[in-house]
Amino acid sequence: MSGDHGGHEHGHEHGHDHGGGDGGHHDANIAARVRELEAQLVAAGQITEAELEAILLEGWSGSPAHGAAIVARAWADPGFRDRLLADGNAAAGELGLAAEGYLLKAVANTADEHNLIVCTLCSCYPTSLLGPSPGWYKSFAYRARAVREPRAVLAEFGVELPDSTQITVWDSTAEARYLVVPARPAGSDGLTEAGLAALVTRNGLIGTAVV
Amino acid sequence: MARFTVGSEVRARLGDPDGHTRVPRYVRGHCGEIVGLHGDWKLPDAAVRGTLVTEPVYAVRFRAADLWGHGGHDVIVELWESYLEEAAGER
Repeated sequence: MSGDHGGHEHGHEHGHDHGGGDGGHHDANIAARVRELEAQLVAAGQITEAELEAILLEGWSGSPAHGAAIVARAWADPGFRDRLLADGNAAAGELGLAAEGYLLKAVANTADEHNLIVCTLCSCYPTSLLGPSPGWYKSFAYRARAVREPRAVLAEFGVELPDSTQITVWDSTAEARYLVVPARPAGSDGLTEAGLAALVTRNGLIGTAVV
Repeated sequence: MARFTVGSEVRARLGDPDGHTRVPRYVRGHCGEIVGLHGDWKLPDAAVRGTLVTEPVYAVRFRAADLWGHGGHDVIVELWESYLEEAAGER
């Protein structure tokens, strides 16, 4: 077992500071509770220490850089973009990236459409591909408000969309994990794929930023 | 065999089951449109009881105005087949 779980974000009910209002428990308190829960599950024979460790490490092998690489390829190669939107798992596989155990669904932003990802029931996120989700993604405030008033939430992230832009919010309630393909920014024509990838932020992959 | 197809109008079941379910409260009783089929997956409601049941999962598009009476956006929720009932023409 890794010694310090203070930095792990596998608690689903974390209180976090985005927008405030979550209240919740202090992180140290959560860490102690998580350790106790893990110990009880192991003692009950529900899971082994090794299995727990594997689950935790899976999340840390991912990185937003993987998502950025996928988006950069989609911007550079229209054929790849089409394949990505049709079958996210296969397209990620083309780049040697594993998206396993879920259906990877890529959704593309355009001049007229903006996509936003949330998991209202807990905090589902393509962790094995993108790494741990940001703290605010797990907050009660984001989960409750993203489906109800996405335009106001986006404004708080600094994203002001024209009234004519249609917003679609994807609530990850089941076995799909979503990846937003941001619209390619103007003036990026001369960039290499690596240069394009450098423009893509984690929030851009969730839909709480434009790039 | 999937019961619904893309374009089917459906209603999310209103019931509040005793155990675990993945129907968010905010869509219960509301009508939406199937916009995608996500394949067959284990039904969590049964899995938590140790029973293996697989069902088609659908992406269902709801209008915010139908859910909350305001808002111009859409919300797409993934719902297992048994969470849905046919609602042709009721939307």
